[in-house]
Amino acid sequence: MYSPFFADWTTLLLGGLTGLVFGILLQKGRVTRYETIVGQFLLRDFTVLKVMLTAMAVGAVGVYAMLQLGMIDGLHIKSAQVVNNVAGGLIFGVGMAVLGYCPGTGVAAIGDGARDAVPGVLGMLVGAALFAEASPWVGRVLAPIGDLGKISFADATGLSPWVFVAALAAAAVAVFFVMRRTDRGTSA
Amino acid sequence: MKLKWQCQLTKPAWSPYVVGVGIGVLSWITFGLMDKALGTSTTMVRAAGAIEGAVARDHVESNAYFAKYLVSTADKANPVVDWQFALVIMLIAGAFLARKLGGAPKPEAVPQTWAAAFGPSKARRYLGAFLGGVLLLFGARLAGGCTSGHGISGGLQLAVSSYLFMAAMFASGIAAAMLLLRRRKAG
Repeated sequence: MYSPFFADWTTLLLGGLTGLVFGILLQKGRVTRYETIVGQFLLRDFTVLKVMLTAMAVGAVGVYAMLQLGMIDGLHIKSAQVVNNVAGGLIFGVGMAVLGYCPGTGVAAIGDGARDAVPGVLGMLVGAALFAEASPWVGRVLAPIGDLGKISFADATGLSPWVFVAALAAAAVAVFFVMRRTDRGTSA
Repeated sequence: MKLKWQCQLTKPAWSPYVVGVGIGVLSWITFGLMDKALGTSTTMVRAAGAIEGAVARDHVESNAYFAKYLVSTADKANPVVDWQFALVIMLIAGAFLARKLGGAPKPEAVPQTWAAAFGPSKARRYLGAFLGGVLLLFGARLAGGCTSGHGISGGLQLAVSSYLFMAAMFASGIAAAMLLLRRRKAG
């Protein structure tokens, strides 16, 4: 363990630059703010939905285009383990409503000046350590239930991925127009 | 769209759509040039394991989950500080720079909506944030990702796992917020 402690410097430089840009975007998008995250769950501020859906739609077009053109070798899809994904999502949602940040925006919130993000991130470290203790049981008991493997909706249905990319883009455009109506007259 | 106006670093905030496009394009770059997907919560495992390992090294090394991320094998080096770790650290710098340049007001120590439900106590807010953080990362590691790894990266790859996660996350987040934060008297 701990050897090597650091990855090579190009890897760290690229990761660091990505984080710098990501951090700027998250702060400028106001998603490093408690009120923005909690406002989404209280259904009175839809910034989180707007940012996520736009990012997914734009990202999907480019990534699937690169895949089709052979510019990338493959994707990084995580295993669909129905019980784990759903139970984890349920616990995560409660944690996010209480903390008011998610892991990435919580770390960024420290830079944005939110003092409560510091105990939040300490809690995250404890949560990660607790999960490591629970992981043998999770792997043995929960993970095998409904394990579908690393599949996308294209794999699951046999349809072209572009059907789903188009659906995602359509959802993003729909949200844009619906929200423009409700946002009219406000500064958002 | 007045893109030029909306993207200036000296503006306190940008349109959420501009930010979404930015994160989407950033994903093209990480996939295309670095063969990586945006994510953050695995770094919490590496950091927690490294800290815990400083006092209980054998315990951490014998835990298969920690070992997967921290112990190098013949075919795979597993540095503690990797690409994503560097990303997570620099999130702090990015957000700091963005607020300084944009001049957005510093957030309150106890956010308004929290104070309306649980009172103005800082200690209570910090304890709540800590406990929320514990649940957040336990849930993220159980699900295999968080809002960036599952939400953005998994969502854009059309991963079934990620949509299951997002549906569950929004359902429980909305329920928890409505139950805990709405119409409670300050106390």
